[in-house]
This record gives sequence, C-alpha cells and structure tokens, in this order.
Amino acid sequence: MTEPILALRGIDKSFGPVHVLRSVDFSARPGEVTALVGDNGAGKSTLIKCIGGTYTIDAGEYHFEGRPVSVHSPRAASELGIEIVYQDLALCDNLDIVQNMFLGRENHRGVLLDEISMEKAAAGALESLSVRTVKSVRQRVSSLSGGQRQTVAIAKSVLWQSKVVLLDEPTAALGVAQTAQVLDLVRRLADQGIAVVLISHNMLDVLQVADKIAVLYLGQMAATVDRKDVDQQQLVELITTGRTGSIGIGSNHATAGTV
Amino acid sequence: MTSSSPSPTTDVDKPGDHRRAAEPDLAVIAATAPIEGGVGDYFRTYRQRVRSGDMGSLPAVAGLIVLVIVFWSLRPQFGSLANFSDLLKQSSPTIFIAMGLVFVLLLGEIDLAAGTAGGVCATLMARVSVGYGWPWPFAIGAALVAGVAIGFFTGSLCAKVRIPSFVVTLALFLAFQGVILFIVLNGAGAHGNISITDNFITNLYNGQMDPWLGWALAVVAIVSYALIKLQQVRSRSKAGLTAEPIALVAIKVAALAVIAGLAVYLLNLNRGGTGGSQLINQGGKLVLVKPPALQGVPWVVLIMMFFFALWTFVLSRTRYGRHVYATGGNTEAARRAGIRVDLIRISVFMISSFMAAVGGVLLASNTHSVDANTGGGNTLLLAVGAAVIGGTSLFGGRGRPADAIIGGFVVAVIANGMADLVQGNNRDSIQFIVTGAVLLLAAAVDALSRRRSGATGVG
Repeated sequence: MTEPILALRGIDKSFGPVHVLRSVDFSARPGEVTALVGDNGAGKSTLIKCIGGTYTIDAGEYHFEGRPVSVHSPRAASELGIEIVYQDLALCDNLDIVQNMFLGRENHRGVLLDEISMEKAAAGALESLSVRTVKSVRQRVSSLSGGQRQTVAIAKSVLWQSKVVLLDEPTAALGVAQTAQVLDLVRRLADQGIAVVLISHNMLDVLQVADKIAVLYLGQMAATVDRKDVDQQQLVELITTGRTGSIGIGSNHATAGTV
Repeated sequence: MTSSSPSPTTDVDKPGDHRRAAEPDLAVIAATAPIEGGVGDYFRTYRQRVRSGDMGSLPAVAGLIVLVIVFWSLRPQFGSLANFSDLLKQSSPTIFIAMGLVFVLLLGEIDLAAGTAGGVCATLMARVSVGYGWPWPFAIGAALVAGVAIGFFTGSLCAKVRIPSFVVTLALFLAFQGVILFIVLNGAGAHGNISITDNFITNLYNGQMDPWLGWALAVVAIVSYALIKLQQVRSRSKAGLTAEPIALVAIKVAALAVIAGLAVYLLNLNRGGTGGSQLINQGGKLVLVKPPALQGVPWVVLIMMFFFALWTFVLSRTRYGRHVYATGGNTEAARRAGIRVDLIRISVFMISSFMAAVGGVLLASNTHSVDANTGGGNTLLLAVGAAVIGGTSLFGGRGRPADAIIGGFVVAVIANGMADLVQGNNRDSIQFIVTGAVLLLAAAVDALSRRRSGATGVG
C-alpha cells in the first residue's frame, strides 16, 4: 500500500462553543479516489476548508508527503500542490478556457502575455484527460455546458501538476450523461497519480468511482473503509447512524482502514 | 480514443515561479487544433458569437453609418470637409473620458465624477499656467497628476472602505463642482473665466499637423498593424496552433489602409475658406486677400491614436489587463486565483480619472478657457453613453477602448447633426432628448444581449 500523501491526525476545529470536528483522522493516497461522505452538518465542508487552508485547525497534525506542515492560507495549500475545485467552480464567464486555466498564473515574457505557450499547455492538459467534448480551447466559458465547465476546472489541477485535488460535489448540478463524463474524468485524474478527494452526496457516484470511503458523522470520522468492503445499504447506515455491523463509532474496529 | 500519458516534464524552474504549467508534447496538440481554418470558418464563428449575444461594436457601427447617411441627406453641409474635421475634434474630450470609463465599467463599477474630475484638472492647469506662469509641460503635468491622485482617492474609498462606487462618485461629482468653483475664484490671475494664453495648450484641440505628417502617421499605423498581425499568424502557425487565415489578415489591413488613407486625404484638402479671394477694406484701401488655408489632420487624432493603442495593448496583452477582465467577470474567481482585486479596483479608478484629466485638458483647449462649468453639465453622461453605445457592458466584464471611440463618434455625430438640423429655440432640447434616447437604446441592447448570452451559456 502506498504511503498517504496527505495525512491528518486528531484534527479538532471549533467555532466558538460549537465543536465541529472532533479528533478527525483523514488521509489520501496518490492514485486513489477517496470519497468523503456524510450527512449535512457532519463537517465535510469544514474539513475541506481546513485542508485547503481557509480555516486553520485548532489541534491535530497535518502531514504532507510525510512531513508535518502548517497550512494557514489557501495560498500555502496551493503551494504544496493541493487544489480545491469548489462547487461554484470559480470560472470567469467572459474569459476563454485557456485564460481561465491560467488565471492569476499567466505565462509572460516581460510585460507581454505568452499566449502561445499557455494555449499549448492548456490543450495538453485537456488532452491528457482525454477530453473530447471541448471544441476549441479559445471558446469562452460562457458558451460551455455544466459538465464542460467542471472539466475545465478539473483540468486546471492537471495543468498545475497538483498532487492532491479536492472536488466539492462535482456532479451536483449535472445530468446523467454529464455526470458519467465527470466521473470518468475523476477516475483518469487518479490514474495520473493524483490523490483525489471526492465530496459527494450521491451514493451511486461514490460507489462507482471511489477506492476508499471516509464517513463523517457529527464531526467524527465514523469509519474509513475500502470500497469493496461495503455496499450501499451499509454506507447509508454509516452516514445516518455512524455505524453498521462491526464498523463505525463504538465498534472495535472503529477506524478500520485508516493509517 | 488516444490515451496519451501525461508527458514527463523536465523542470526548468523560472526564478520566482513556484510551480510551472505542465508542458504538453506537440503530437498531442496537433490532434486538437487544426492548423488552418478558412476565411469562411471565421465568418461563421463570428456570426455565431453575434447570435449568442456578443455583438461588440456591431450595433454602434451600424448606427453610426445610418446616422451619417440620414444627416448627410437631410443637410449636405453635414458632409463638408470642415465638418468632418470638426466631428473628430468635438468627439475627442468625450472619447478620452469614455476610454477611462471603460476600465471602470469593466469591473461593473461606475465613475460619475469623471466629468467634474476632468474639470478640476483642467481648471488647475489653467490656474497654474495663466496665474502662476507655469510652462505648459508643468501645467499639463499638474493636471494629469491631479487626475491620478483623484482616482487613487476614489478607488481607495471603493476598494478599502467598501462604499459603493455609485455613492462615492456621486458625492465626489458634487464636491468637485465646489473644487472647480474654488479654483476659478481664487489664486493669482483672472477670476471667474480664465482665458488660456499658452499656444501649445490651445493648439492641442485647435491645431492641425502638417499634411506630410498626417501621411506619415497613417503609414506608420498601417504598417505596424500589418506587422503585428503577421507576427501573430507566423508564431501561432509555427507553434502548430490555429492561426487567423492570411487572407483575412490581408482584408483587415487593406480595409484599414483604405479608411486611414481616405481620412488623411480628405483632412489634407484645404477646408478653409470656400470660394476664391475676397476684397477686404484695409485702412481705406480695398485689398484682395486669399482666405488662409486650413488643412491637415487635427492633433487630437494623434492623441486619440496614442491612447487607443496604449489601452488596447494594456487590456489585451498584459497580465494586468487580463486581471481586470477576470475581476469584472467573476470577482470571487479572481480573488481565489490570487489576484489582488482591491488593487485592481483602485487602479481602474486611477486610469479613469487620468483619462478624465486628459479629456478636461482638451475641453479647456477647445474653448481657450475654463470656468465654473468646465467638465460639468452632460460631459460625464455623454462619456458613459459613448462607452455603452460602443458596446461596453454596464454589468462588467465586457468592453474595449475601441468602444469608446466608436461610441464617441456616435455621440458627436448626433450632437453635430442635430445642431445643424434643428435651429431656433428647441435646438438643445431636442438634442438632449435624442442623445438620451440613443443611450437608453444602447443600454437596452446591452441588457438584452447579456440575457441572451446567459441563456446560451447553460446549454
């Protein structure tokens, strides 16, 4: 088993009197899709924002590539190679695909933008994900469909050689065909050796694409299980009650599968 | 399906760049990008863009042509050589202020104080030039510096204190009227109405260049445009990317050459006195005097071309320009991409007020004087109108310096044509109503095209 590239241990996070995360362990491995599931209010978003540096953790250890690091800002996270693709995608409608993928990190020669190298690199990133749905990389994002936008946002992390990519509900707003395309993309992203963390409400998506599933229940990590060890019924039980059979909170194998 | 593995990258770190974009291999690109599309393809994509609501300056250009035809047919005098040159001059202050406003509008903000800010700068220039005898470089410099300072102040209030720009600039619009009044009523030199005596300053608006200089300018413009275009095509096709078809480039260069050549030719004809010499009574004796020749391209055209080239370059070729568009398109996305949105916001107000200062200097140059009304009245509204009529969106994210020029011509043609057409008492009232209606029409086109592109975006 490969070593986790991202490993959190005993993470605590409170907002005033509200204890949102309690001693949470979480890890993600290169080449694997780790799904992070949980009911509303379980602490998924808080955990993601802690990883991404939007929130700083109150207590616990944050290890990246085996080294302890402190991530105090989104910039620090992205410098480590952690990219978060938020639900609202954060794309500029009035710019084209290349311009969006390079936003804030444009190639330039002196004062001039180096459009040619950017266009080649952007096309290359899309190609490496076998994206065939986009006609031209000079298309404006306003003319793209929801799935295509998701594709652009995900391809950005390939372009920037991210090591960990966190996807926040990437299929929430998509139809059936586009969901399939995006899940395909998620798989290919992991196949490139990237550690992918997928936050999703959709059981089917999770079961289809994940290698590992981490279940948050009321701010605690109820279980981290291998995909092959659970079925949908068990997963739903874990999410709603925090335990199923011998797995989950209060059982002997409380954190089966975690390191 | 060709599954191409991500190319292993050799890391040549540029200093300062923490991470570099992955370098793709060339074979991969060739699959996605056709090397050459025909001219027909380009027209098709253009038509598609227009239909999806991204009309750019198309309505303004069409409107300009219609207006010229209507006014010319109603009153032949409208098409005279002298009036052609007047149109160029009259549009210039509006165009300069509008060019600055394009930057502010790109962020979805508004600068209602641009007109009076220009007035403050113009009166300041007149005061130090006339009252304190500053030579013109210092007087004009003072006006421009004042413009930048005003913009910094306005922008800081919007970006740091977070007051909506509408409120900040509305307040400043009023306050600046007071500042203008203060400057014209205090200090050394004339009070109330200050006549500008500096020849350089008055010639900015009123002077024309030698005919040969006009031709030289046209040649420089055409050749540099052609070279830039060819260089683009060459480096893109060398890199294996889709390049503009060479035929289309030729068409564009030829069109520019025809328009520029015709304009310079017409402006170099003598538009002075019509008819021959006149008998003039000089000290009791009748003398035959030839009317002075009036010919050449107005200097304002050079200033216009300079700022047009400068701001177009800044917006389309630099990181700063890209960040302005991004901030206007999606502020949150820009912020997450690490762009200092607050600094961008401050900077666009600085550009706006700087261009307002340029416009104010030309307003003063036009009338050879400044008074309490310089930069007031409808100066600002005409400039906003010019930008919006030209195709800059009031909602942010879309606009170009060229919009200011095209829109500025439309506004000037309406003012000029109506002034010729309607005489007597109702001259001004009808002109205001028509200009207002055109502005409303442009804003409606903007709003509708935005709705349309929103509708096609979610496909």
